[in-house]
Amino acid sequence: MTAPTRSHIKTLKIDGKDYSGHEEETILDIARQNDLFLPTLCQIDGLSVAGACRLCLVEVKTWNNRLVPACTTHVEEGIEVLTHSERIDNYRRMILELLFSEGNHVCAVCVSNGNCELQALAQKLGMDHVRFPNLRPVRVVDMTHDRFVLDRNRCVLCARCVRVCDEIEGAHTWDITGRGIDARIISDLDTPWGSSDTCTRCGKCVNIYPVGALVEKGSAIGEMVKHHDFLEYIAEMREARE
Amino acid sequence: MTTITIDPVTRIEGHSKITIMLGDDGSVQDARFHVTQYRGFEKFIEGRPFYEMPGIMGRICGICTISHSMASAKACDEIMAVRIPPTGKKLRQIVNLGSILQSHALSFFYLSSPDFLLGMESAQEKRNIFTLAQTHPEIARDGVRMRQFGQQVIEWIAGKRLHPDWIVPGGAAEPLTAEVRDRILQAVPEALTILTRTLPWYKRIMDEYAQEIRTFGNFPSMFMGMVDRRGNLDLYDGSLRLVDERGKRVEEGFDPLAYADYIGEAVEPWSYTKFPYYKPMGYPEGMYRVGPLARLNVVDACGTPRADQELTEFRQLDRNVVLSSFHFHYARLIEMLYCVEKIEQLLNDPDILDPQVRAHASPNSREGVGVTEAPRGTLIHHYKIDRQGRIAWANMIVSTTHNNLAMNRAVKQVATRYVNGTNLTEGMLNRVEAVIRTFDPCLSCSTHAQNDLALHVQLIDPAGKVLDEAVRG
Repeated sequence: MTAPTRSHIKTLKIDGKDYSGHEEETILDIARQNDLFLPTLCQIDGLSVAGACRLCLVEVKTWNNRLVPACTTHVEEGIEVLTHSERIDNYRRMILELLFSEGNHVCAVCVSNGNCELQALAQKLGMDHVRFPNLRPVRVVDMTHDRFVLDRNRCVLCARCVRVCDEIEGAHTWDITGRGIDARIISDLDTPWGSSDTCTRCGKCVNIYPVGALVEKGSAIGEMVKHHDFLEYIAEMREARE
Repeated sequence: MTTITIDPVTRIEGHSKITIMLGDDGSVQDARFHVTQYRGFEKFIEGRPFYEMPGIMGRICGICTISHSMASAKACDEIMAVRIPPTGKKLRQIVNLGSILQSHALSFFYLSSPDFLLGMESAQEKRNIFTLAQTHPEIARDGVRMRQFGQQVIEWIAGKRLHPDWIVPGGAAEPLTAEVRDRILQAVPEALTILTRTLPWYKRIMDEYAQEIRTFGNFPSMFMGMVDRRGNLDLYDGSLRLVDERGKRVEEGFDPLAYADYIGEAVEPWSYTKFPYYKPMGYPEGMYRVGPLARLNVVDACGTPRADQELTEFRQLDRNVVLSSFHFHYARLIEMLYCVEKIEQLLNDPDILDPQVRAHASPNSREGVGVTEAPRGTLIHHYKIDRQGRIAWANMIVSTTHNNLAMNRAVKQVATRYVNGTNLTEGMLNRVEAVIRTFDPCLSCSTHAQNDLALHVQLIDPAGKVLDEAVRG
């Protein structure tokens, strides 16, 4: 008698409907495959998963209504997932409000105005005001690089820059130092970006960044448009080579 | 000593109050125009990249957003040490003219014409643009159309009416399309028609205000304004000319970049606005006026046919230069005519559709001064940057600021003529405010005119007891 083979395909319910997915896939993967909207900020296809922003929170009813990030949670047999509810929507808006209150995000005078993922999410999720007092941090703008600018006032600590520089460019110029409210991105060992020995000036971090924290020098208000098609293209080429 | 306070001053842009000090016999001893709001832009832009300035500085004001962005962009051009492409300059000029036009229309039709058309003594609750729409619907409609024309010039070229991102260091973000050019040109004849019918009725009613003309800021002072190389009116670029009360040129035309050699700034503890003065004459003797009246007093000519025709008539009003601030209104109308004519001229320029409208450069100078003529007068932005290109220091002299000394003098003159210390009347209150309106001061970032909201006037005896009181709103 042979033992029953373990299936790699899992079935689950999302918002009451049946779906299936490979066990290595995440709830976010399945949602995307089936055109179900889940907001994301730190996640981007082509880079490893960070689970940093928590905007893709979903509720798993079969796990005592636990809230888990969809981007890091793999599918399991029989789970029932809720992508939208008053509770989840409130939490998502609150996360956005906390991001806005923690930095200096003044869209009207930002170089990324109109081309910003944070701004677009705030609009889409109906964040019409910020309930928390703004911390108004005084963060120094690093303009030492000859082509790019780092404005930590607008950083949301998504770590996309850290991952793209490490995983795609292979330079690993960026890192995050400090904890909690003091966390900030640094180049090399906390030296000015312009004097970095590792930076290749490729601009991937600038283009991958969802907000106006990493931008091209000289961009006037609303002019900084990001292009991250290169990620897909590089991934395809690498796959073809392998 | 008794003090009368008018707080806030209504139908102006921004927040201010007036205090009138009376002696024991009830006569006016002194009067002051206080600007009570505080902005702080010069401070909080420190540390920001210099090229963000046109976008940030435009936010100083909702009325003259274009003027601030323009002066700021010109300061950035200096920091980049570039000469912007000729078409970029012409497009900036057109947008600047559109801005002056819409602001002048707002000042003349919306804020001040209720005074002329309904009378200085008319009931305060009636004295506004809404009553005008009932009593003089054609004039109210003309005012709305004129403002709309100016706003549309801005919107169609720069993308939006308020705070467009189109004015950038090095020029303009986008070139002009033939479609937009033609659309504006089609709207020009109506704008000219409105002005040609507005000027005659204004000149007619001017005769009814002979007394106000005599006392509304009618005193000797210098005048400053921008002129082009031929000495003609230029609202975008040129040199700064100063004339005295007899029309004699005190400064033929100094380089605006060297403004600090000519203009000093004094500070008084009772106002958030500084008091600029002409340095060689000292403070406060170096008082000068800027704005439409001053500009028409300093120029040789406007440089456009219809405006020049009106300028000839304007110059008949006084012997050498026109001294009464009441004539700011007339000057404003003439400038509106100039703006429409000039916009048409520039749009018919053969190179106006040239796609090259922006120069790109890194910072090549650590300092930049940008000077332009805003609706209310000369506007100066001055920045210094650090080695990385971040703003290290900034100074601005906003148009209304130049007029601060003169406005105070004008308030005192009107108060002395009209205020009777023991009995407050509506006409008295309104005339003191109306003289401020002639200057069209712009004190805030907001387009919200506080029309008759909450004027509070008090008569206080030397012991601090309130003798008489009038509250509006």
